[in-house]
Amino acid sequence: MEDEQIRPLSNVRSGETVKLASIEAGRGLHSRLASMGLVPNVEITVINNSQPGPFVISVKNSKVMLGRGMAHKIWTRKLK
Amino acid sequence: MDKKIKVALAGNPNSGKTSIFNMLTGARQHVGNYPGVTVEKKEGTFKYVDLEITLVDLPGTYSLSAYSTEELVARNFVIEEQPDVVVDIIDASNIERNLYLATQLIEMNVPLVLAFNMSDIAEQRGLKFDIEQLSKLLEATIVSTVGNKGKGKTELVDAIIKTYEQDKKQRIHKVSYGEEIEHELAIIETLLVDKEQQLVEKYGLRWLAVKLLECDTDVTAKVRSREVLEAVTASTGHLKDIFGDEPEIVMADRRYGFISGACQETIKTTVESRHSTSDMIDAVVTNRILGIPIFLILMYLVFFSTFKIGKYPMGWLEQFFAWAGTTIAGFWPAGSESWLKSLLVDGVISGVGGVLVFLPNILLLFLAIALLEDSGYMARAAFIMDRIMHKIGLHGKSFIPMLIGFGCSVPAIMATRILENRRNRLTTIMAIPLMSCGAKLTIYMLIIPAFFQEKWRGPMLWLIYLIGIVLSIVVIKVLRLSVFKGETTPFVMELPPYRMPTGKSVCIHMWHRGWMYLRKAGTIILAVSIILWAAMSYPKPSEQTLAGLSYEQAQQKGLEHSVIGRIGQAIEPALKPLGFDWKIGTALIGATAAKEVFVSQLAIVYAVNSQEAEGTDGEKSTQNLREKLQANYTPLTGFCIMLFCLIYAPCVATVAMTRQETNSWGWALFQFFGLTALAYVVTLIVYQIGNYIAG
Repeated sequence: MEDEQIRPLSNVRSGETVKLASIEAGRGLHSRLASMGLVPNVEITVINNSQPGPFVISVKNSKVMLGRGMAHKIWTRKLK
Repeated sequence: MDKKIKVALAGNPNSGKTSIFNMLTGARQHVGNYPGVTVEKKEGTFKYVDLEITLVDLPGTYSLSAYSTEELVARNFVIEEQPDVVVDIIDASNIERNLYLATQLIEMNVPLVLAFNMSDIAEQRGLKFDIEQLSKLLEATIVSTVGNKGKGKTELVDAIIKTYEQDKKQRIHKVSYGEEIEHELAIIETLLVDKEQQLVEKYGLRWLAVKLLECDTDVTAKVRSREVLEAVTASTGHLKDIFGDEPEIVMADRRYGFISGACQETIKTTVESRHSTSDMIDAVVTNRILGIPIFLILMYLVFFSTFKIGKYPMGWLEQFFAWAGTTIAGFWPAGSESWLKSLLVDGVISGVGGVLVFLPNILLLFLAIALLEDSGYMARAAFIMDRIMHKIGLHGKSFIPMLIGFGCSVPAIMATRILENRRNRLTTIMAIPLMSCGAKLTIYMLIIPAFFQEKWRGPMLWLIYLIGIVLSIVVIKVLRLSVFKGETTPFVMELPPYRMPTGKSVCIHMWHRGWMYLRKAGTIILAVSIILWAAMSYPKPSEQTLAGLSYEQAQQKGLEHSVIGRIGQAIEPALKPLGFDWKIGTALIGATAAKEVFVSQLAIVYAVNSQEAEGTDGEKSTQNLREKLQANYTPLTGFCIMLFCLIYAPCVATVAMTRQETNSWGWALFQFFGLTALAYVVTLIVYQIGNYIAG
């Protein structure tokens, strides 16, 4: 694989769409996120990443709010 | 004889599950708890020709894993209770994510009906479904519904009956996890058939194997065979090597693959504009500058409607019970003392009155909560407060019950139902009594003017409220580090699109909360009130001792002689280090009936004309009592009285509520004694230090 730019979701600006690469989390959280649609390669659009304020993303047609700490642990790559 | 069938309603949070439940059952619902857990269970029945259908509303979940109580409860219900049909409510405007739960139900091979709810919104968004085709692919009848408008009811009931009458058959289509995973599944399945026949019969072979491969803790714990467990460990290890990820993540991904495969051919979308209006509203209400002010205004409205508007019906109820009391007392000749009269008037009527008096608050509070929840704002409110509440280890939504606690603990504890997580809920319940409620305010209003100068009165009141808040934070922190240990659930929450709440669902919600309160907590409150009444009135002093005494003095003697008066005297040595005497002790014990009783009890022990006595001006008698207090105690003791009243044992209504909401006397007693111990320690420290400085 060529060198893909991997960065945490927290660094993605509002309005930008990225693909999910991986999540650093325990089993429970991992499976919860998966059930809400956060699985590898899913497209995520960041709706709000202004600080302070809720971190809001859109994934599989639904809006999900995340804690900022979690946004640091979700790794994303650019859309092809 | 009607045939009975059992139907379970599953679905994601915000899929409109409740509206479908209400549509099918109307007001014939029963709300309780699932055994052993603080998860609400709603049941309703309705008739259809010769069938009696019981509908059980499962907790709203995204999945059926073992990671949350709600998911486990939903899943166990499906497995243990074997409902005849499971209806999965799908938000039709958000098919893919909603079908994830359906894939798990398919895997459990339950007789399944899918209700594509909110199909009107889906249509507006330009989504078109080939229902017939999709139904074939998912092997489940699909019905379009609009729950809050009552559309699709007959079709849904028909589909339920049809599915019930069909024979259970083997599914043709199932989620295919890909060659590598399927290979491992096959190995585990073969072993399971051999070693764990009982489990296979109960849970189904495929589902069991899938759950084991997902390292599901609950299922894994049920497996006895070492060989199976070893095979599972080998398989997960092997798969992890291949995919570089946990198998369950890959499997989740494959489920979505199955869904998009089914949807690709059957769903046409014309425009992508799901969140347009919602986005606009969100831009304002979650705005970083406006968000908190808007939230505070809305919270003020919730508080205002619960307590300020609730004051009027409460006043009517109080008047009614006062009238009922005097009417019944009128059956006895004036001046006569009958135990039956006392039981009826002071025990039963004031007990029932004490129960009903909370009802307006509870109804209004749940009206407000229903509006906040149904409209979709609650999720935003939770987020706005989460940053602050998270610091003390609670969920953003905990803010609402805590706030309500400033009015009254009873509705506040009931409001913790909005919290999904059990640990959060229990912690919040334990700390709620530390919010100075309206009844405690009457105590402060008696004490503060008695001991403090005009200019210090405001700050004093403010200080006592602040102490309550600070202590609640400390208590929450301590509980989170000890009894309710465990990581705070990281914040992930769906922001549902805004919707207009419907009158029907709001009314049903209110009605249930009110009824539940009356039936469950009401009976306990009534019983305990009567016991306390007896302890305050008996044993009676002899006629001779009372001879020649005025009404007030006779009352004083009576209380001194009663069980509570005796306890008050007996515990005096323990209260001494706090600066309290037996008179305060007696009033404190009496005040567990309701905090405001402290004032009237104190009036009795000081033989001050109480407000009820005829012909006296209420304010004047309070002033008399203040003078007595001033003559007998120092301002430090006055402050310590307030401090102790703020913290110690919650009133019986709160205890009853905690018992009901936690489903255990253990937690109610823990709260009761824990807070009393805390009150003792804090007051002791304050009094001793204060005394040292002063003296």
